[in-house]
Amino acid sequence: MRFSTLLRHLREGALSLARNGWMSFASVSSIAISLFILGVFLLLSLNVNNLTKQIENQVQIRVFLDLEISQAKIEAIGRSIGALPEVSRIRFVPKAEGLEMLRRNLGEDGQGILDDYDDTNNPLPDTYTVEVVDPERIAEVAAKIQEIGDADPDKPIRSVRYGQGTVELLFRVTNAVRNIGLIIVLGLAFTATLLISNTIRLTIFARRREIGIMKLVGATNSFIRWPFFIEGALIGFIGSALTTALLLAAYNWLVQSLQVEFGLMMIRLVTVWESGLLVGGVLIGLGTAIGIFGSALSVRKHLKV
Amino acid sequence: MIEMQDVWKTYPDGSHALRGVSVLIERNEFVYLVGPSGAGKSTFMKLIYREEVPTKGQISVNGFNIGKLKPRKIPYIRRNIGVVFQDFRLLPKMTVYENVAFAMEVIEAPKRMIRKRVMEVLELVGLKGKANSLPAQLSGGEQQRVAIARAIVNNPAVIVADEPTGNLDPETSWGIMNLLEEINFRGATIVMATHNKEIVNTLRKRVIAIENGVIVRDEPRGEYGYEI
Repeated sequence: MRFSTLLRHLREGALSLARNGWMSFASVSSIAISLFILGVFLLLSLNVNNLTKQIENQVQIRVFLDLEISQAKIEAIGRSIGALPEVSRIRFVPKAEGLEMLRRNLGEDGQGILDDYDDTNNPLPDTYTVEVVDPERIAEVAAKIQEIGDADPDKPIRSVRYGQGTVELLFRVTNAVRNIGLIIVLGLAFTATLLISNTIRLTIFARRREIGIMKLVGATNSFIRWPFFIEGALIGFIGSALTTALLLAAYNWLVQSLQVEFGLMMIRLVTVWESGLLVGGVLIGLGTAIGIFGSALSVRKHLKV
Repeated sequence: MIEMQDVWKTYPDGSHALRGVSVLIERNEFVYLVGPSGAGKSTFMKLIYREEVPTKGQISVNGFNIGKLKPRKIPYIRRNIGVVFQDFRLLPKMTVYENVAFAMEVIEAPKRMIRKRVMEVLELVGLKGKANSLPAQLSGGEQQRVAIARAIVNNPAVIVADEPTGNLDPETSWGIMNLLEEINFRGATIVMATHNKEIVNTLRKRVIAIENGVIVRDEPRGEYGYEI
């Protein structure tokens, strides 16, 4: 293709966007609205993902040590656990701290129960708090830690707990939530694609006469197609860029005004800066691609002799 | 220039539009195609500009075997055939200039050449002053002139006109006929389907009469009429 022809296609694509004002407006709006809904769910799903990850990361293994073992043994056990590749962090919680924590957790009503205990007769064992790299494999890691204890003749580890049963349920729920989010987003992307390509098909159907005339004066199929590609891409880009700008601005406002409320619930919302690139990329990419393919498919239909 | 040999055209619904048509139209001829509605005139013309392919038989236009043409090649054949319709078929959202220039943009002519040639052709059809008007702002006769300008802008060897005066009043029709004669005089072969008895009988040319898909009469300098 000559360079001047390419320029002509670009000019013609942009011009016909303007010439077909209302049809273009309809297509742009249809893209903007469909992608807006998709974008809302995308942000929602990003936040749900983030939230479930936060919850999952709070899952820990607690290793209860035997009351009767030496300080050296305690340290040796700690080193062995810390050496496991699946372990991301390990923290020693001495029994005094354990008692303090228990007091706090019981609250004012339960204060009395622990009144008789102090450092001299602390009934609690020393513990290790272990965080794992992949929370979903927590059961495996817990078993390995137990093996470390069992391998030692002194049996220094009394028990390993990570909320057996509860954690598995938690993961089932978070996974389900994530999958449902993904399905909704995919479904919406599919619907948006159908809706948009249908609108574009209508705009091109309205111009089948124009295509007929082009063919009559001897335009090759690719010559006819190009301006429609460009027009479709422009429609897709304008619609999705508008939506992205609007959506991210609204979301930013929402995050900033709800930050405190959610912060108090220990929930951190995904910021615009973290999600903007992904959401913008998905929406603009999808919008432009649908614009191009929608028009390509529809023109193809009318090009058949 | 145009040669048909035992051409048959049967549409998918089973109707026979042409039944064994053989004809030879020489370079620079001006031919009227007459016959009742539905006789096969339009099919005859569509076969020439390869809108339809014959069910049987051979057609050659300007030395190319049209029936055997690969779809990819069709656009290039069309560039050598100008087509004019009763309903003008202009692009409503483009100006007169753009409508005519369009046919040259399609063949990727340089911009300066387009400008020069389009103005030349608009002058020939007498519409130089309306280059920037939209089709809707023109009269029927003027719109048909634009369509003719578009048809001839690439200097095609053949002009196919399907009832070009069908929507025009008698006086305007004569204007269009003068224009077609001028184009014929400059070397183009013209095939024109028409129902206009007065034109055919006054501006005497070769007349081919079609009825029920068969050529029933073919006379040089003939008269209008098809009932034998």
